[in-house]
Amino acid sequence: MCLGVPGKIVKITGNEPFRTASVNFGGAVKGDISLLFCPDAKVGNYCLTHAGNALEVIDEKLALETITLLQTYST
Amino acid sequence: MKFVTEFRDKEVAEGVITEIKKVVEEIKKNLKIKLPIRIMEICGGQTHSILQYGIHSALPEDVEFVHGPGCPVCVTPIETINLALELAKQPNVIFTSFGDMLRVPGSDENMFEAKAKGADIRWVYSPIDAVEMAKQNPDKEVIFFAIGFETTTAPITSAIHLAESDGVKNFSILTAMVRVPPALEVILSDPECVIDGILAAGHVCTVMGTKEYEPLVEKYGVPIVVTGFQPVDILSGVLDVLKQIRDGRFEVENAYGWVARKEGNLVAQELINKYFKVIDRKWRGIGLIPMSGFGLRDEYKHFDAEEKWKNIHAQKEPEPNKYCGLVLTGKIKPTECPFYKKECSQEHPIGALMVSSEGACAAYFLYNKDTPAVAKAMAGKGRN
Repeated sequence: MCLGVPGKIVKITGNEPFRTASVNFGGAVKGDISLLFCPDAKVGNYCLTHAGNALEVIDEKLALETITLLQTYST
Repeated sequence: MKFVTEFRDKEVAEGVITEIKKVVEEIKKNLKIKLPIRIMEICGGQTHSILQYGIHSALPEDVEFVHGPGCPVCVTPIETINLALELAKQPNVIFTSFGDMLRVPGSDENMFEAKAKGADIRWVYSPIDAVEMAKQNPDKEVIFFAIGFETTTAPITSAIHLAESDGVKNFSILTAMVRVPPALEVILSDPECVIDGILAAGHVCTVMGTKEYEPLVEKYGVPIVVTGFQPVDILSGVLDVLKQIRDGRFEVENAYGWVARKEGNLVAQELINKYFKVIDRKWRGIGLIPMSGFGLRDEYKHFDAEEKWKNIHAQKEPEPNKYCGLVLTGKIKPTECPFYKKECSQEHPIGALMVSSEGACAAYFLYNKDTPAVAKAMAGKGRN
């Protein structure tokens, strides 16, 4: 139920607070994702979506740092 | 898929497992630490990842997962499902729900069966879709079955906000939303609790932040690590919990900070707080937990289906299977339920845990082919 899927915002339509985004999930684009909770989200950002809403903009730099740190255990 | 593939990388996962093994060996040198170390993952999505990817069998035998109550479909009491079925059968009603709820048995039938008999029950991807359905059907009453933890409470709030802003009068919700921290407190305060560490649900914390977990860490002396859902996420959460145990620390740590901020999503929290208040709620298998749910505030009761249909009451019956509650609180594994794979299966589920895509029993049924005997009964084996 709490499944969240990361995707890239490719298009934003509408006006605050009811902006909606088209989000590319690894090749499949879904429209009408509400950006109500992410007023600062921009085209090109990655966001975590759940049940038709973007819940948060992904911190790409921190994601990269996290996986880079974890990779050190396998080297 | 970016931010998924990297956290499913086999080589990275194996590296983290190697590190986990090192930390476990260090822990074993401290004879005061009781083995096995039991780590509860809160969220049903995490349970499924653990079983699907075989994480439970890849860890040292001194580390054991205990599955938590984080499946909203599973914790919804049967009387709420009965009420949903009654509401769905009312004339002029379109009853909408996430797909997971449709197969959960009520006392007499499930929603698919009610639909077959003529009730207008429809599956939606998002609560917002139900609001749009209400706009397109002004002569009907559209009800949304609002189940979920804090993660899903956000999209439900989004739907209410849209309905309020657009003046949609024929939309309402049957509220059944629940909060993680009070349920966690019930589990941790049980004298028979043997949980040594907790993987907090990353997406609940994405909405609510991590501050609600600080008092639990202080009170019960248990490490809590906010964790994501992919195999590497989960392994890194396990590693952080084990490091805390090795070092004798108990803190709230965040292994999923690139999505879940410490403060959570403040915009979402403000809107949730605008429309909803914290209320007591009954959980399947656990009972009434104070302050464990969300209910509409009085000024927004016009969106409350139970207010609109005050004369409709749920059929109250005892839960069909007491073992569901024991699984939900981590006291037994699904395989220790006498009905598992016998009377209760994916084809003919008795309990919600076998129905839901996040239920622990469904995870075992789908992925755990050889069922290693990892479970040790918790009764009588207190932490210290």
